[in-house]
Parts: sequence; C-alpha cells; structure tokens
Amino acid sequence: MNVTQLSAFVANKPGHLQRVLKVLADENINIITLTIAETSDFGILRMIVNDPDKGHKVLRENNITCSITDVLALEIDDTPGSLYNALDVFAQMNLNIEYMYAFTEKREGKAVMIFRFEDIETAKNALVGKGYNIVRKIDIIGEK
Amino acid sequence: MYSRDIETMPEKKMKELQLERLKWSLKHAYNNVPFYKKKYDEAGFHPDQLKSLDDMRRIPFLKKQDMRDNYPYGLFAVPLNKVVRVHASSGTTGNATVVGYTKNDVEVFAEVVARSLSAYGVTENDVIQVAYGYGLFTGGLGLHYGSEKLGALTVPISGGNTPRQLMLFKDFGTTVFCATPSYALNIADYIEKNMPEYKIEDTKLRVGVFGAEPWTEAMRAEIEKRLKIDAYDIYGLSEVIGPGVSCECSQKSGLHVFEDHFYVEIINPETGEVLPEGEKGEIVYTSLTKEAFPGIRYRSRDITRLYHDSCKCGRTLVKMDKVSGRSDDMLIIRGVNVFPSQVESVLMEIEGTEPHYQIIVDRKGSLDDIEVMVEVNEKIFSDEIKVMNELSKKINDKFRSVLGINAKVTLSEPGSIPRSEGKAVRVIDKRKK
Repeated sequence: MNVTQLSAFVANKPGHLQRVLKVLADENINIITLTIAETSDFGILRMIVNDPDKGHKVLRENNITCSITDVLALEIDDTPGSLYNALDVFAQMNLNIEYMYAFTEKREGKAVMIFRFEDIETAKNALVGKGYNIVRKIDIIGEK
Repeated sequence: MYSRDIETMPEKKMKELQLERLKWSLKHAYNNVPFYKKKYDEAGFHPDQLKSLDDMRRIPFLKKQDMRDNYPYGLFAVPLNKVVRVHASSGTTGNATVVGYTKNDVEVFAEVVARSLSAYGVTENDVIQVAYGYGLFTGGLGLHYGSEKLGALTVPISGGNTPRQLMLFKDFGTTVFCATPSYALNIADYIEKNMPEYKIEDTKLRVGVFGAEPWTEAMRAEIEKRLKIDAYDIYGLSEVIGPGVSCECSQKSGLHVFEDHFYVEIINPETGEVLPEGEKGEIVYTSLTKEAFPGIRYRSRDITRLYHDSCKCGRTLVKMDKVSGRSDDMLIIRGVNVFPSQVESVLMEIEGTEPHYQIIVDRKGSLDDIEVMVEVNEKIFSDEIKVMNELSKKINDKFRSVLGINAKVTLSEPGSIPRSEGKAVRVIDKRKK
C-alpha cells in the first residue's frame, strides 16, 4: 500500500500558497509533511495529508489545480550513511528518483523519506528485497 | 524631390488624376477577378457608375479574410505568366495573404520607395544598408529596389547579425540604415553592452529609415540621440504594395501618401461610413495602378487621420498621422503580425491546454517581448517540475514555428487571467504607455 501525495499548482506570488493552506485548514485537513519545488513563475506544493481524497476534493472545489499521486515512504535508520545505502539500491537498479523529501518527525529513532518514482512498484520491490521497511499509509496518517 | 510633378501637384489636379485612374483600376478588377465581379454585382454596383470620387462610398470593402479565402492567387487580375514576384504577409501558413507584382508593379514599388528615400534627403551618393529581412516580407526587397532605383549603393545585408552590421557601417561607409525601429535600438544597446570601444560618431551614418512596426516620437528621439542620425518613418503594408505607401519628409510630422498610386479614405470602423478629412478613423486603400493585385477599398485596420497642411517641404500630397492603433486585435511584434487567434490555435493544438490565455506585450530594453500566460488545469498539471517545463517548452516551440517569434510562456493558476463579463481579456499591450 503506497502513500498518497496531494500536489497543488501555486503561482510564485505573495499570498498564493496561503490561499491553498486556508482551504485545507478550513476543512480541518492536517498536513503531515510537505515540500515545494519552485520555478520563477510557479511552485508545486507536495503534501502528505491525513485525508488526501478529501484534500483533493476541496482544492478542486476551490478552483485550485491539483492531483493525487502514489509515492513511496521508506523508513531508514537515523544514522550516517543510511540514506546513501538506500539510494544505492535504486542506483543499482538504474531507477531514477524524480524527487524526494523527508518527514520532519522521527519515529522511534527512524527517519522517513518520501520518494517519487516513474515506476513505484519496481522501486518498492527492490527495497523490500533488501529488507527495507515500506511505510504504509495507515502508519503515517493514523487510524481514523 | 524624386517626382516633383506628382509630389507638388495641386490638390484638384491630383483628384482628377485619381478619378481617371480609379476608373481603370475598378474595371481592371471587375473584369479580371471573379471575386470583385460577384461582389459588385451583388451590391448592384458597376465600375461604369463611378462618376466622381464620392461614388467610391458605394463600393463594398475588401477585407483581409477575403484575401485568405482566395489564397493564394485567387485575387490576381493577370495571368500568372505576367506575375514576376510574390510577397506574403507574415502569419500562419494557409492564413498568409499573398500579393503579386507584374514588372510594372515592381517598378511602381521601387518608384515609391525611391521617392520616400529622396524625401529623407537621400541621394545616389549614399550607401544604403538594408537591414530589413529579405524574403516574403516586403521590407527587404522593397527598400532594396527603391535604393537601386535611386541609384544609391545598396548593401543587402538583411536583418540580424549585429556585429556584422556594425562592421559594415565602418567598412562600407554606410550613410543610410533601414530597419525596424526596435532593431535600431537593439543595435544601440548592443554597442553599449558589447562594444564600448565602437564610436558611432566614427561612422558616416546620417539617416535612418524605419518602419514595419508602430513607433512613437519618444522612440525617434532615443534612436536619433543614440545613433546620431535623423530617423524617418516609412509606412506601408504588403496588401497595398509594401513600404512606400507613405513617407515622412524633412518636417518629420505626418507622412505624405503617394496619392497617384493609392487612393485613401478614412472610415468609421464600426459603421463603414466615410469620415470627413481631418477626422480619425480606419484608413482604407484603393490601388490606382496595380496590375497583378488590385486592391479596391482594402480595410487596413490601421487607425490614423488624413489632412492637408501646406507642408514646408513643398509636397502637396495628403498627409496621414503616424498610425496610432488598430481597429482589430492584430499585434505587431518585432515587425511580425500576430493575431490573438493564432495564439489560440497554437494552444488548441496542444492537448489539454485550454483556450484561456493572455498575451502581454512589452518593450524590454529596446525589443518587443511577448509573454503568453496559459492557465494550468488538471489535464496538463503534473507534480513533477520536469513535466511542467517540457510543457512550457512545447508551447514555446510551437509558437516559434507558427509565428516565427520567441514567446515567454508563463504557466499560471486557473482564474488568474482576468475576465471581463466572462470573456477573458486577451491582450495587454504595455508598449502603448
């Protein structure tokens, strides 16, 4: 089970990010982690939220261009070299990481990374084969 | 003066000459172009009914769309073996308007350009560097033939390659430079930025001949100051003949229309009604001598006014103001004609893009800049920057191949393009300020 990421298109102008956040806040949607990729004209806001489907729905209702995508959440040791070792699995498989970002919170001494792949299943299988722990959606957003 | 008899002809005599030539031109069009015959028959007009210039009002207009509908040769009035050249206006293939010239037409074209050059004080002793584009565009070849007709040394360098232009100014002893006004400023910028050791004072440049796009008095002042030349406006449109329909004179105020070849009227663009001399409206052209491609009451969409002011240069020819705008939505960007509908058709071809767009034209430094804002919907949105950049690039490439200009594509949020009464505001032209 993959983790669902909610992404939104945001103009690179004052107040525009805030507008998106307001929609989510008003609907009581919690952002667990986020990252923004920016260009000179626009940014892409990528979020892991507690209810991505609802988040998707309310953003659309507010005329904000958005999408949901499956991403891979990977638990790694919070020690030097752990990320390097994880990436080595992808490098050996010749899998390109489209982008990645990290969770802010530590979970029992472990760090959680989010990866976006063209082919998520291949990446996942490679990691599981090496004994990595793929974090499930339910682990991140909690029981409802 | 190149043709003193014509250029100083008393107004009344000129009107007689025009009426006589109009009779020929109308018959020529009516008898040889089925389009005109059909249109005039339907309107209940026959060329024999033209008894005075006032009768012109009864004749239906020729529109740009008519030319597109009859692409490419449908409006030619002579067999193709009498046509020695074609030009075409910029625009998408299939939308281009094609005009033809017989040997005589080429002569007339050269003559009106020679008269224009002469009006700027240019003579056979000058070295004329023609930096308009050579090709289907009328600018390059138009100035070229006019310059040769005048007997000047003609340097057919065409547009672009600024370092070479500057080198030839010096090496060839260029005295007259012909280009779009924005290119002239581009050259001044280039010298400042890249060749600070280049002294424009060391060249023999003295006259600039600028046209093919609207320019202001402020631009004239800037060009004259920075390039140390006298800058003159030359006006024309390919549908009428090309540059040389009208030109400025030593007075630099208003352009004299070569009325022995072109009959001009000003109309209210809304109603089509002819306005009295001095009033501002859309200028309408009728060719008086053209053989291959007669244009009868062609709606130029250019806004100006006509007046007689006993010009100090001695010419009695009617004058027109610098064109102050358009009665349609055509934009002229770096000398290229761009219709917003072309932008729309480019976007329609790219899957998923909406016909919601806005064109912002600005003058950055000295060159026109076009920015096309495109709203991003879910069909074209991706969470990957790479994919979004590819989309921008794809749109940009398409614009370049269709319009021949580089447009900055800005992806924007849905609803960010202002709409007035539900309809998007398509064009913002910041150059007009």
